[in-house]
Amino acid sequence: MNGADAIIKCLEAEEVSVVFGYPGVAICPFYNSILNSNIRTILVRTEQNAAHAASGLARITNKPGVVAVTSGPGATNVITGIATAFADSIPLVCITGQVKTEQLGCDVFQEADITGAVESFVKYSYLVKNPKDIPRIMKEAFHIANTGRKGPVLIDVPIDIQNAKLEDFEYPSEINMRTYKPTVKGNTVQIKKVIKELEKAHKPIICAGGGVILSQACTELKTFAEKHSIPIVSTMMGLGAMPTKHPMYYGMVGNNGKPYANKAMNESDLLIMVGASVSDRAVSQPGLIMKNKVLVHIDVDPAEIGKMAGPTIPLVGDARHILTDFLQEDFVADYSEWIQELNQYKEELAVKRNSNPNFVDPAAFIEKLSEAMEEDGIYVADVGQNQIWSCAYHIVKNGRFLTSGGMGTMGYSIPAAMGAKIAAPSRQVIAVCGDGSFQMSMMELATMRQHGVQAKIIVLKNNYLGMVREYQHYTYEDHYSVVDLTGSPDLEKLVSAYDMDYLRLDTMEQADQVIKAFLEDEESVLLECNIDPYDLVK
Amino acid sequence: MMKKRIYSVLVENRSGVLCKVAGLFSRRCYNIDSLAVGETDDSQVSCMTIVSSGDQRTIEQIEKQLNKKLDVIKVKTYDEIQCISRELMLIKVKYNKTNRRDIMELCDIMKADIVDMSKHFMMIQICDSPERIRLMLDMLKTVSIVEVARTGTLALSKCIENDDKQSNQ
Repeated sequence: MNGADAIIKCLEAEEVSVVFGYPGVAICPFYNSILNSNIRTILVRTEQNAAHAASGLARITNKPGVVAVTSGPGATNVITGIATAFADSIPLVCITGQVKTEQLGCDVFQEADITGAVESFVKYSYLVKNPKDIPRIMKEAFHIANTGRKGPVLIDVPIDIQNAKLEDFEYPSEINMRTYKPTVKGNTVQIKKVIKELEKAHKPIICAGGGVILSQACTELKTFAEKHSIPIVSTMMGLGAMPTKHPMYYGMVGNNGKPYANKAMNESDLLIMVGASVSDRAVSQPGLIMKNKVLVHIDVDPAEIGKMAGPTIPLVGDARHILTDFLQEDFVADYSEWIQELNQYKEELAVKRNSNPNFVDPAAFIEKLSEAMEEDGIYVADVGQNQIWSCAYHIVKNGRFLTSGGMGTMGYSIPAAMGAKIAAPSRQVIAVCGDGSFQMSMMELATMRQHGVQAKIIVLKNNYLGMVREYQHYTYEDHYSVVDLTGSPDLEKLVSAYDMDYLRLDTMEQADQVIKAFLEDEESVLLECNIDPYDLVK
Repeated sequence: MMKKRIYSVLVENRSGVLCKVAGLFSRRCYNIDSLAVGETDDSQVSCMTIVSSGDQRTIEQIEKQLNKKLDVIKVKTYDEIQCISRELMLIKVKYNKTNRRDIMELCDIMKADIVDMSKHFMMIQICDSPERIRLMLDMLKTVSIVEVARTGTLALSKCIENDDKQSNQ
């Protein structure tokens, strides 16, 4: 047995079923050993997408996604994917090949100081210097990635370590790390304080973030909201924590959120943030959410609490544990007046769009699409105007809404949808992107074709980098700079080169039939929707 | 309001840890006024003493972010009155007949030692609180300073009666 065999054995012990990656000499021992295992390998077409695909898989399986790439450019290409996962707290284990130990620091061919380069985007990183450390490091890496505030872990393995003989192999059953003990259980005293505040409050609101989904606390959140009639709003990463049509759900907050959701949050007298960072996109004025209200901040990462807004009651712990504890507390409160007020806001502040009948209206289209989607369908939104429309109009039933919220990485949707589809082949998975973001990841059509992964892709085409164009419209009085996508390929010809079906929608008239054909297609299919190039999200 | 804060950070004595901690400060735009690192009585543990400054929120964030680093075992923070802090400085100066006695007198007053000497140069060593180190430097401004090396501040919390309990925690 050599080091590479040991790594594979560890992956098997962690019940890893698929590895996304791209080989090169420095990771070849790994890719040689994996042939002796049942672990499926997916050859992506560029390394960044290996990390996005692993992220899509991780978000559906609730287990770390695994990436294996070579040294140098292989490793540096994967950085954007790692940073994207880090920003959204998605668990990944990234294995990178490295040059021989004795050549480290000599600037030899394809050497990159990857542990140094990713330092600010990983939860932790390792450079393996002794093959005997492999089992411990692998065990720790999976544990670190998927506990506490989840995130990516990188393991850099020099080729001589992968090739080194290993006498005996034993996968550790326990973790022994004195520096890493995340607080999962919430402090009882603090929990009681929150319940007291709920008893006192007249206008409470819960703002659910991505942490609720990551800790699998959606059921607990819904039960708690229903039990006491507490209204809920969510951040972008929290979309899907509550079914969109749930009577207690009042939409997404933030500068791209629903006006009534923001109003609800600002007017509340008790705001409970759960698993949500007070980021600039979600809460543009942190001062406002501390004004005239009690702010409770629940997060598994203590550093997130008080970073932007000092809470009245900080509560460190995992959302599921804490919400379960909340459910066990009995209290009586009547918020019916507040709910009435919120329902009124919802009516008064409903967004009205003036759509151009000569094009597909993305808002109406996305609504129709989500209504036609399966109950547990997975909707993966890319970045750009398409993301903002998706956030605003996609209706989550019992499925999932995935997007790159923190980093806003264009090109996320196609590889992430591929990862999600591999994780759940029987579920409906749809990637929705713009023509800009599509072209950032279109090389993965080959990956899906090669590995028999069904692709369902929707391209909202406007021939512009719409989000930037919109910004230039408002900020620079229509002085458009470098946002014109002229030269983009004919999508029909392009997808036929990948043996994919092609559908096209030019106006809303045919929307229902085309959506039906798109969803029922059992082959890989791309639907191109022509949208008004001058349409705005705001 | 800007405040000064001393962080005594116990870390795993591994390669790359200094880089990770220093990188945290630069990435998040925290100040490092001084930094001193050395092994503790346990060879697997190093102690980093970092002096930083910032408003209340920054000071709290620094502690939380340090605690988040997986190589950090423990973070203790003090303000200047809660701890004893020391710094070591070596100064090489050029002297002449007229100022030789003055320099020696200054060393006497400041409890500094002359640790090396040649015909025109002498090296002074002083180990004292950061303020007195600064004072010493000021006092030597009239002399021509050739080179200065400083360790950065080291600090430990003052001895209190429940110190045993603290270390057992």
